[in-house]
Amino acid sequence: MNPNTFSPEEWQAIWLTLKVAILAVLGSVPFAIGAAWLLSYARFPGKIFIEALISLPLVLPPVVTGYALLVLLGRHGLIGRFLDRDLGIVLAFRWTGAAVAAAVMGFPFMVRGIRLSFDAIERDLEGAAASLGAPGWLVFATISLPLAIPGLLSGAVLAFGRSLGEFGATITFVSSIPGETRTISSTIYGLLQTPEGDSAVLRLCVVSLVLSFGSLIVSELMIRAGRRRLER
Amino acid sequence: MSGFEFRARLRLGDFLLDAEFTGEGRVTALFGPSGSGKSTILRLIAGLLKPDEGRIVLAGRVVFDTATRTNLSPRDRHVGLVFQDGLLFPHLSVRQNLLYGPWARRSPMPAGFDQTVEILDIAGLLDRAPRHLSGGERQRVAIGRALLSDPAVLLMDEPVAAIDQERRAEILPYLETLTREWPTPLLYVSHAMAEVERLAQQIINIRDGRVMSVEALPA
Repeated sequence: MNPNTFSPEEWQAIWLTLKVAILAVLGSVPFAIGAAWLLSYARFPGKIFIEALISLPLVLPPVVTGYALLVLLGRHGLIGRFLDRDLGIVLAFRWTGAAVAAAVMGFPFMVRGIRLSFDAIERDLEGAAASLGAPGWLVFATISLPLAIPGLLSGAVLAFGRSLGEFGATITFVSSIPGETRTISSTIYGLLQTPEGDSAVLRLCVVSLVLSFGSLIVSELMIRAGRRRLER
Repeated sequence: MSGFEFRARLRLGDFLLDAEFTGEGRVTALFGPSGSGKSTILRLIAGLLKPDEGRIVLAGRVVFDTATRTNLSPRDRHVGLVFQDGLLFPHLSVRQNLLYGPWARRSPMPAGFDQTVEILDIAGLLDRAPRHLSGGERQRVAIGRALLSDPAVLLMDEPVAAIDQERRAEILPYLETLTREWPTPLLYVSHAMAEVERLAQQIINIRDGRVMSVEALPA
C-alpha cells in the first residue's frame, strides 16, 4: 500500500472525528450561552460552585470525566436508564456518546469565550437599550448576544479543537469501536500497540496537527474581527 | 407642573449620595466636579441604579417610591438617555440606532423622524456604522436616538465632554435649538459652567453626593 494515502479505516476515523466534534460544538452552543449568561449577569449564592463545575473538565483527569459520564449516562446510569427506557436514547458506546464526551470537555472553552464577551459589554449600553423601551429578553437578543458572537465563535472553535483531540473521556465512556467510536486519537493509540502502524500513525498525526493548528488560527482571526467590530 | 422631583439616598462603598431637588423649567443642570454623584443621580432616575431609600417623580408620574414600593423598570420610565461617549449600539447602523426605541416598543415610524434628522444634521450618516462617525456626529446620533424614543424626560450625562473644544462649539448650537423646540424637560449633567449657563434655567450644585445650592438663571 502506498504510504502516502489514507486507508478506508483512516478515512473513517477522520470523518468520524469531524462528525463528533461538529455535533459536540453545535449541541453545546445553547447550553454554553445559558451558562455564560448565568456567570456574567446573574447573582446568586453558590455561583462559585457553578463556575468551578463548568471548569472542572479542564483539570479533572479525562478518564475520571469519562467514568462520570458512564455512571450518569451509561445504559444503566442514573440518567442514562431513563433516556434509554423513556426516550430510546442510548449514548454509551455510540458515536453520539463520543460527541457528549467531546462536548463536556470543550464546554469550559466555549463558556469562557462567550462570558468574556458578555463581561466586556458596557452595562450602560444595555441600560440604553432598556431605557429606549426594550424588555430584558430583547436587550439580550438584540444587544448582548450579537456583541458576544465573536467570543462565541472563538470559544466554539477552541471547543472544536479540544473535541478533535479528546481521548481519555471518550475511550472510557464509549470505548474504541471501529466505525462507531474510533476517532483519530483512539486510532493512533491502537496503531501504536501494533509493530507495523508507523506510517499510518504519522499520517494521522499530521491530520491532527493541521486540524488543531487550523482551529487555533481561525479562533485568533475571530477574536481580531470581534475587536474591530466592538470598536466605537 | 415641574419636570421632576428627586429624593434619594444610596450608599455605594464609601460614597454616600443623599440628595433632594425639584426640576423647574425646561433645562435643569446638575453641576459639580467629577465624582460628586451627578452621573449616579442620572442612573437612579433612569432606573439603572436603585436607591436605598427615596422617591422619584418624572413628568408627574411616580417611577420610584420606597414608601409604596414602586420601582418601574427602565423601559417603563420613558427617559431618553445620552451618555458622555454616546454609547451607540456598535453593531447597528445609524438608522437602526435611531429607530431602536420605536422598534423595541413596536410603535409606528415616529412622525418627527425627518425633522429630528434634519435638526441634528445627520441625514447623510444614516447608513453608516457608528465606528465611522466622529465624536460630534456620534453625540448627535445619540441625542436623536433619545429624542425619537419619545421620552418624558431627557437625561444627558456630559454629552459634550468627550469631544474636543472646536467640535464642542459645533454641537452646542444643536442642543440650544433642541431645548427651544422640544417641550421635553432636560436634565443636563456637566462640570463646565460655560455650557450650563448657555443652556439651563436652573442650576443644581452637587458636591460629595449632596445638593449644595440651587440657582435660577434668567431664561
